[in-house]
Amino acid sequence: MKFDRTCIAIVGLAVVLLIAGPLLPAWAVSLANVSLCLGTVVLGMMLLMRTGLVSFGHGLYYCLGAYAAGTLENLVKVSDIALMVLAGAAVTAVVSGLLGLLLSRYREIFFAMLSLAFSMILYGLLVKSAALGSTDGFNISAKTLAGFAVDGDSRRVVLYSIAVIVTLGSALLLHLYLSSHRGRLAGAIRDNELRVEYMGASVRATIHVNYVISAVLAGIGGALMAVNIGHIDPEMAYWPQSGEFVFVAILSGTGSVFAPLAGALVFETIRSFAYEYSPNTWQMVLGITMLLVILFLPGGLWSIFKRRKAG
Amino acid sequence: MATILDAKGLNKSFGAVTAAKDIHVAVEADSIVGLIGSNGAGKTTFINMVTGYLKPDTGSIVFNGRDITALRPRNITRLGICRSFQIPQLFNSMTVGENLLVGVGIVAGTGGGWAAAGATASSPAAVVDTMLDRFGLGHVRDRQAGLLPEGTRKLLDIAMAMVVQPRILLLDEPTSGVSADEKFTLMDMVMAAVRESRVTVLFVEHDMEIVERYTQRILAFYEGRIIADGVPSHVLADPEVRRYVIGEHVPAAEGTAGHA
Ligand SMILES: Nc1ncnc2c1ncn2[C@@H]1O[C@H](COP(=O)(O)OP(=O)(O)OP(=O)(O)O)[C@@H](O)[C@H]1O
Ligand SMILES: [Mg+2]
Repeated sequence: MKFDRTCIAIVGLAVVLLIAGPLLPAWAVSLANVSLCLGTVVLGMMLLMRTGLVSFGHGLYYCLGAYAAGTLENLVKVSDIALMVLAGAAVTAVVSGLLGLLLSRYREIFFAMLSLAFSMILYGLLVKSAALGSTDGFNISAKTLAGFAVDGDSRRVVLYSIAVIVTLGSALLLHLYLSSHRGRLAGAIRDNELRVEYMGASVRATIHVNYVISAVLAGIGGALMAVNIGHIDPEMAYWPQSGEFVFVAILSGTGSVFAPLAGALVFETIRSFAYEYSPNTWQMVLGITMLLVILFLPGGLWSIFKRRKAG
Repeated sequence: MATILDAKGLNKSFGAVTAAKDIHVAVEADSIVGLIGSNGAGKTTFINMVTGYLKPDTGSIVFNGRDITALRPRNITRLGICRSFQIPQLFNSMTVGENLLVGVGIVAGTGGGWAAAGATASSPAAVVDTMLDRFGLGHVRDRQAGLLPEGTRKLLDIAMAMVVQPRILLLDEPTSGVSADEKFTLMDMVMAAVRESRVTVLFVEHDMEIVERYTQRILAFYEGRIIADGVPSHVLADPEVRRYVIGEHVPAAEGTAGHA
């Protein structure tokens, strides 16, 4: 684990984004904001994919993170953004810690489907919970940050800045983890579990740890998104949401922690423009984008950069 | 000399197939032992049992005075027994250097519990370099493991077993898939690496010239049993071994009766 060029690039990007925030038009700040929230979730998907696993149920943690933040405000009357995001992280850590005990025994389609099953259970529970607004969910105001009021004209840029710090901070930590001894096991497990065990490491324990990390990233992303949008509902745990995470993760590629961030930005950009100009066919635009990526960039959008570097 | 590994009365069946039958082997520390036997004789099964991949139906395995019969492969590795594979088991998408670095990382990460004190003092990259040098893999350090020729994969597979610092190394057909003129080079390299780290070696081999040259003791397997055990000259001259292992046509009268 060492502070390499990628780390410097992440910090550099964070500084640039923070400075650029107040100068950007409102629509760009909003677009960047949702992209960063989505990017945090996809960072977690990337870690799982590096470990050789695909979850079709990460909406579970995205939704849990959001509801943890929302519930903190609604029921406990704590509406500080930092605490809300922390609540999202804490709740997802506990739940994934438990579910990981079971899920770390499964691979491939079984892992994917079992993840999906758990997310559908949460969806079902939320839909039935009148206290949490049932299918309508509820609104969130998120009034302060570490005691300071977050409102008025500056609110948009403040939320954006929080997203920049949290997302790029997560990217930095994930990069450091991936280049550590333990992090390197992810790729080893994807390649050959037998050899990992024969080298003296526990495959299940490593998968469990990576699962929890990826769940916490989804939880943080969900909490951030909830604070940003100001509303949460059970759709966050519904399967199309989980599918979207898989979609963006494959679109991005797993080559670098920058990939999920770039992929999320591309995805949100396509979505918002396609939605605006052809509201009835935007899914088709996304579908064609995915088709092109799989055909021409099987390593994800990120492989464009890699090829250029190699050439 | 001290016994480092003691297999007592191992039996293992797969349905109607007896892969191990009443196997008794006591291996002395720092010795080099060859395992021979025709296809399906039970050599790999023996290695699988010693390294925890298979549990014997009955019998026990003792390593350095400790019963390891019920342990998993990773725990047995941590105690100091590691193996290579008949078909190399590599991290195919990684480079040769990274393949070894994974092992170095595991040894370092588990607190070096089973690692010799001095070995973890040098940097991970230095440990990898030393291992690459010992196995003549320096020139392919940055090549992707999945794209290497078979002989090189075989060497890397053995280096990966060595990098986790075993006391006992079990090699499953280290020279299979290696061209005839490279076999001795490979074995010389392995033996040099082993000598430097004082490792006890058991290796499966079909080439009798190699077994004779590198071992002090041979175990001959046939249908899950050990039919001969002793110094190479003695075992290789045994009529049963010549008949059932080497495949010479020895008239039945010459063999010890009752083993057909
Ligand atoms: N996991 C298993 N399931 C079923 N049968 C097995 C299994 N492993 C080994 N066997 C059988 O046990 C017998 C001994 O196999 P083993 O692999 O130990 O032989 P070997 O001496 O290593 O042979 P080779 O020289 O071909 O590698 C064979 O008949 C084999 O088919
Ligand atoms: Mg075999």
